[in-house]
Amino acid sequence: MDYKKPLLENLDSDIVSYMTADKETVAKTNKSVGVLATTIISTGALAGAAFGKGQQLPEQIKDVLNFALTLEYLEDEYYRTGLSKSGLIPSDTRSVFGQISKHETAHVALLKSVLGGDAVKKPNFDFTAGGTFSDVFSNYQTFLALSQAFEDTGVRAYKGQAGNLMSNAKILTVALQIHSVEARHAAEVRRIRGEKSWITKDSRGTLPPAADPVYFADRKTSEGGVNLSNLMSTSKLTDETISQAFDEPLSKDQVLRIAGLFIKG
Amino acid sequence: MTKILKLHDENAEVEEGQNLATSRRDFLKWSSAAALTAFAFGALNPASLSAKTAFAGLPIESYAADSVDLGKGDFGVLNYAYALEQLEAAFYTQVISTPYSGMNSAERQILTDIRDHEIAHREFFKAALGKNAIAGLKVNFTKIDFNNRASVLGTAKTFEDLGVAAYNGAGQLLQNGDFLLIAGKIVSVEARHAAAIRELLQPRSSFFAGDDIVDPATGLGPAKMPSEVLAAAAPFVMTKIKANNLPKVGMMKMNDKKDKKDKMNKKDMGGK
Repeated sequence: MDYKKPLLENLDSDIVSYMTADKETVAKTNKSVGVLATTIISTGALAGAAFGKGQQLPEQIKDVLNFALTLEYLEDEYYRTGLSKSGLIPSDTRSVFGQISKHETAHVALLKSVLGGDAVKKPNFDFTAGGTFSDVFSNYQTFLALSQAFEDTGVRAYKGQAGNLMSNAKILTVALQIHSVEARHAAEVRRIRGEKSWITKDSRGTLPPAADPVYFADRKTSEGGVNLSNLMSTSKLTDETISQAFDEPLSKDQVLRIAGLFIKG
Repeated sequence: MTKILKLHDENAEVEEGQNLATSRRDFLKWSSAAALTAFAFGALNPASLSAKTAFAGLPIESYAADSVDLGKGDFGVLNYAYALEQLEAAFYTQVISTPYSGMNSAERQILTDIRDHEIAHREFFKAALGKNAIAGLKVNFTKIDFNNRASVLGTAKTFEDLGVAAYNGAGQLLQNGDFLLIAGKIVSVEARHAAAIRELLQPRSSFFAGDDIVDPATGLGPAKMPSEVLAAAAPFVMTKIKANNLPKVGMMKMNDKKDKKDKMNKKDMGGK
């Protein structure tokens, strides 16, 4: 896929037609014309009757996409609110947060267009988390801290769901493409906060203890059949360094417990 | 001075002619090491491809560093990742051993961290693949001026963005969910690297996730298929990388039945 193409072109020829067709339809399309993505479908048509408002997607995939959409709603509203508060974000990082905000808005639009009528509604958010972060939109450091927590949570959330999207190659790829953008965001915000761009073990670094669940890491002694302590000796690297090289996932429940602190309903 | 490095022999600069023999020796060494780890590896061995059948079809020569065949199925995809990690690890190893003029301590720390992550990735794939691993690649860094910050960081950006695109495109080629999760654990680290390198090039700007690499309309990062990735990496790799046995996108589901049938036939014919 050419990611530089405009949204509609991508959606028309590449993402939506394949994402929304169930496997049988895809197989039939393959058989009859020999190539994927020949059916031209507009975003409008997607939301319309022809594609059953996303109902042709398996429940498992819709669940993952709605879960992702909820997180994107949260991030999108967070940055739009932050950017609208005069004096909050200093001029030297406004372009950073403007760029992040632009991506989160695009992610919301993309996921909504794929889900059509099955898209969950935007929840009401309370970014103070019931008063815990009461200065989130007046204290830049608090704003940065929550930004880092949201981005690292986003990376881990998408990672944890990749396996649930394997039945649909196109949706899996789109999810991975979003996942890697969240990782770029996380890396940049961490740098602005003076942290390394990567996560060491389960360390929340300079974030408050409330961020511990974001950095929970279920690290295994063996991965992919590779004993990680053997890896330490073959690579001559420390456990800290190896932990940085492998970003850990969070389960849906773990993520929802984090996001739930900021959802009023 | 030539900059032809042998990848799994960290700091060695060797004459081109010596590589093949060295690789063969290393290969034999790996084979016995792989045998030891094979039992631990069994659990995650993709059912579609036992170590035996993956290996049986390929002549030893294809494992020499002048030419490698990535192989097929999940192992092929993992070898593809292993090849890219070899390239990145060799690059950053050189970057740290011959620092560009004016490299400050913050930059050195970031580049050292990245080097170590890439070495961890490389060694991980080598161990995970065991005897299915391709040999060490020969790289060609003659076009990179390691004394020049812009040349080094520009190349680093190219490699990191390419690595992200490669993993994003290859996820759909994997059949084994455990391997997909591992690829996911690695790709976000590559994306963090990409952002960190871009931050060094254009601090405090939109460049860390610039419109040149993240589509501003969809907010999607790049995803590239192996043929495109390997073509982009080719100027930096002397070893010929054969990727024509890798799974193809969109063909896997259709071929599932056919593959199963083929496997049955192979079983009947004693794995040939």
